[in-house]
Amino acid sequence: MTATPGATPTIVLVGHGMVGQRFLEALAERGLTATHRVVVLCEEPRPAYDRVALTSYFSGKTPDDLSMTDMEFIENHGIELYVGDPAVSVDRDAKKVTARSGEVFDYDTLVLATGSYPFVPPVPNKDAEGCFVYRTIEDLLAIEEYAKSKATVGAVVGGGLLGLEAAGALKGLGLTSHIVEFAPRLMPVQVDDGGGAALLRTIEQMGLTVHTGVGTQEILVDSEGAVTGMKLSDGSELATDMVVFSAGVRPRDQLARDCGLTVGERGGITVDEQCRTVADPHVFAIGECALASDGRVYGLVAPGYEQAETAAATIASDEASFTGADLSTKLKLLGVDVASFGDAHGTAEDCLDVVYSDSRAGLYKKLVIGRDGTLLGGILVGDAEAYGTLKAFTGSVPPVSPESLVLPAGAGESVQLGPSALPDDAIVCSCHNVSKGTIRGAVTDHQCTTVPEVKKCTKAGTGCGSCVKVLGQLVNAELEASGVEVDKGLCGCFGQTREELYEIVHALRITTYQDLLDRHGREEARGGDGCEVCKPAVGSIIASLAPTIGASGYVLDGEQAALQDTNDHFLANLQKNGSYSVVPRIPGGEIAPEKLIVIGEIARDFGLYTKITGGQRIDMFGARVEQLPLIWARLVDAGFESGHAYGKSLRTVKSCVGQTWCRYGVQDSVRMAIDLELRYRGLRSPHKLKSAVSGCQRECAEAQSKDFGVIATANGWNLYVGGNGGATPRHADLLAQDLSDAELIRLIDRFLMFYIRTADRLERTSTWLERIPGGLDHVRDVVVHDSLGICDELEQLMRAHVAHYRDEWAETVNDPEKLARFVSFVNAPDTPDPVVAFVPERDQMKPDLPLLSIGMRPAADVLEGSAQR
Amino acid sequence: MTLAPETTDLKIELALDDDWFTVCDLSTLLPGRGVAALLPDGRQAAVFRDRSGDLFAIDNRDPFTGAAVLSRGLTGTHQGRPFVASPLLKQRFDLTSGQCLDDESVRVTAYKVRAA
Ligand code: SRM
Ligand SMILES: Cc1cc2nc3c(=O)[nH]c(=O)nc-3n(C[C@H](O)[C@H](O)[C@H](O)COP(=O)(O)OP(=O)(O)OC[C@H]3O[C@@H](n4cnc5c(N)ncnc54)[C@H](O)[C@@H]3O)c2cc1C
Ligand code: SF4
Ligand code: FES
Repeated sequence: MTATPGATPTIVLVGHGMVGQRFLEALAERGLTATHRVVVLCEEPRPAYDRVALTSYFSGKTPDDLSMTDMEFIENHGIELYVGDPAVSVDRDAKKVTARSGEVFDYDTLVLATGSYPFVPPVPNKDAEGCFVYRTIEDLLAIEEYAKSKATVGAVVGGGLLGLEAAGALKGLGLTSHIVEFAPRLMPVQVDDGGGAALLRTIEQMGLTVHTGVGTQEILVDSEGAVTGMKLSDGSELATDMVVFSAGVRPRDQLARDCGLTVGERGGITVDEQCRTVADPHVFAIGECALASDGRVYGLVAPGYEQAETAAATIASDEASFTGADLSTKLKLLGVDVASFGDAHGTAEDCLDVVYSDSRAGLYKKLVIGRDGTLLGGILVGDAEAYGTLKAFTGSVPPVSPESLVLPAGAGESVQLGPSALPDDAIVCSCHNVSKGTIRGAVTDHQCTTVPEVKKCTKAGTGCGSCVKVLGQLVNAELEASGVEVDKGLCGCFGQTREELYEIVHALRITTYQDLLDRHGREEARGGDGCEVCKPAVGSIIASLAPTIGASGYVLDGEQAALQDTNDHFLANLQKNGSYSVVPRIPGGEIAPEKLIVIGEIARDFGLYTKITGGQRIDMFGARVEQLPLIWARLVDAGFESGHAYGKSLRTVKSCVGQTWCRYGVQDSVRMAIDLELRYRGLRSPHKLKSAVSGCQRECAEAQSKDFGVIATANGWNLYVGGNGGATPRHADLLAQDLSDAELIRLIDRFLMFYIRTADRLERTSTWLERIPGGLDHVRDVVVHDSLGICDELEQLMRAHVAHYRDEWAETVNDPEKLARFVSFVNAPDTPDPVVAFVPERDQMKPDLPLLSIGMRPAADVLEGSAQR
Repeated sequence: MTLAPETTDLKIELALDDDWFTVCDLSTLLPGRGVAALLPDGRQAAVFRDRSGDLFAIDNRDPFTGAAVLSRGLTGTHQGRPFVASPLLKQRFDLTSGQCLDDESVRVTAYKVRAA
């Protein structure tokens, strides 16, 4: 580009959206930020963020999480970023841009990336209080505030991609949601009638009301001017408190019009194949504001990124062009997979459709095939598993018959066509235009061995994320091909996953760890001593299956004692100074005064610190190992059992006071909590299990934050699963409604046993539910509809556990040989560990921690390699 | 297993300065687990036995926390060498040398030990 002699040439970018940010990165990659002054005018109050993931704000992402702008990047490249200062006019003759702040910038090259604005149909009262659009973080904040304070019903105008997302968001905010779509089906652009029908069914099942084939005629308002409803084109009225317009977008080309640049008939700044405006070689337009050389305005981010690259390359005098892009999309809308790719509507001459449809299951898959067998495009609704592979095969003749690609797995003909069958030039990530060959290269030439490394190296998978799955498969395939073993094993001792080990133990009835290690461990680990990862994991598997495989259910029996983590080994929780805490079971949190007194007396007699736990029971801290049997002898005597606060097993079933006392309660939540706690006590599982029962929807027991939570209804019980507190909280999902006592227990039996069977080590039900293929729907199929035919077996396993449960502390205090292990010193059983000491604090005591300096011991203190066989 | 009847009254002994110090009966030590022994000078040793009957002893104090708990950790084999993982924060220590496997600047005392 020409510059004033002597001065650094200036590039001014107007619009810091997704495409604008990508353009800056492309400039930096080409070294242009070093040779140019780069000025960015950003209209929104924050730098570029991930608009595609906008809706995830409602599932807990903060505006910061959504940011795409690394301020270090901006600073390091000397980019001048003016946030909240839009361009208001352009003088092309003087090559100057004026910002709202009044500042004027000279440019040598001007790049417009102003995106689009939401189209609001010109209906009366469209600007009333309670009308919104869905485009920016500010829009979402406004919607959220209004929905929380002023609305219980919401309607979305437009049943396209964004409309469905907006409707899902309203539903997530607790509103009754309606979708009004003028076309006869949902997502008219992406799917055909069949796909629309499958989508409709699934979306209605989620409780959203869909009105298709009707337009919005007027927004109805009250005397204050706030929305009260909508008048529809069929004459009917829909009562609603708020309206979100999502009826499409229009390019923001006003700035360009005002300065005399050419725009298309239906909007969009006209550019050539280099993304240069046809009217002025010094001005470029990219992203959603541009009318590309193929006559289209692209409303997706991937083509915009390609345009950003093209413009940057052109400014660097490299060869590049943008001649059009494919409109493939894969989305998860309200939890439903929807994908369309290539010539989805079959517009090519003589093409044929291959359709598989199961509207009961909400499945619809269509492939468009050319006469010669070339895959031209397709639509997938309900199951878009094959999207990545199919899209990459578009334009070629797939190596297997098209029918087999759309049939569901297990339907005889179905073929799982892995990405390894793809040609090297197939585009795997369309957001960043990354080919399979590039991904393979990242593994073979750049030594990337994990998906995160490959993402960093190639950018693949860092856009919409829909290709990450295929990416993972490719990386693994490539590693395997180059001889690197992709290790999914539990640890250095076992090549199997926990789930596989569970199946081995179950099927072959293996009752000892050593047997499992020596027969099924990795070659190099056989005959060895295992490790701290697999020992407790296998110990837990053997314990959960004990009655079924014929092992002892007592965790301190024989070899099992050596497998347990310290806590399980001493049936208490180790504290920071080497002392232990004691937690007797208080089922449902209900405790009679007599028992409270016993706990108080024991704590007083042994000088223990007491605290009410977060799990509705009482913890006594500061017991020395040799005191544990004495404390427990008294607890067992008073009728207490182990609370398993130490085990990866059932912790507590919290309760609210429920119907018995509470004026709102509709069921006896305390009784149910006690029943559940007693039924599942002692059940060893991949991680700890927590539960709660609330007596009504007010949810005082916080059941929705539990692995399995129960909430009373007028007709019975609702069962929620997969809740979690902790560092990554998750709300539980509703598994089934209005269950009787017996139905509830049967379902929990199945759910827990299915989890124990298939979860990974230390995987709570929440992460498990997120990880397993098919998620909640799959789990519901298995445990409610018995789709795998294993429910009888799951129930039987639970019955065996319940029948064989024994309190492990009662067992231990009656076994002198086991008790002998509860000493501080093997050679001085009566001497307490002098390191365990306490100091007073607030009427009780706390550990007095010994001070040690790490890694700075005098050399004389350390005996060199002196162990002896 | 090496626990033949004639070995049951064998004692575990630890080498201290110039003498062998008796800790306990060999049979009290469960393979794969440790016990703590109080030494005459007030220090503590953690004594372990692996599944093939080999014995090891290191200092019982966990240098990362100060608590005397290494005898209560889980044991295992790492690249052919025996280790114990502290039950508190899970750092592993080589049982033959006392070297911490997760922080090369940290090492605990290792003792000679035998069954006699
Ligand atoms: C004692 C107690 C805190 C208190 O003073 O109230 C506690 C104490 C410990 N918690 Fe907790 N948690 C206690 C209630 C909770 C709760 C609240 C609840 O259960 O309603 C939660 C959040 C709910 C949840 O789990 O989803 C909770 C989430 C955790 C987590 C995070 C789990 C996660 O999935 O992210 C850990 C770490 C872990 O398990 O990996 C943890 C781990 C621990 C450990 C075991 C850490 C350790 O290894 O030393 C603590 C030792 C317990 C001890 O020495 O007795 N604790 N912990 C509570 C015992 C409840 C009981 O009666 O059994
Ligand atoms: C909810 C939602 C979900 C979406 N989901 C997907 C999806 O799944 N897949 C997909 O491919 N696409 C999706 N999109 C579309 C995608 O977000 C856009 O294609 C993409 O953001 C376009 O980038 P852009 O930079 O051209 O425009 P934008 O990201 O809109 O950025 C333009 C920026 O320019 C600013 N601007 C305008 N005028 C001026 C001015 N005069 N001065 C200074 N600044 C100005 C605007 O404020 C804006 O910040 C979605 C969009 C939304 C709203
Ligand atoms: S959840 Fe309902 S029944 Fe239980 S205590 Fe709260 S308000 Fe009462
Ligand atoms: S296709 Fe969107 S990130 Fe790869």
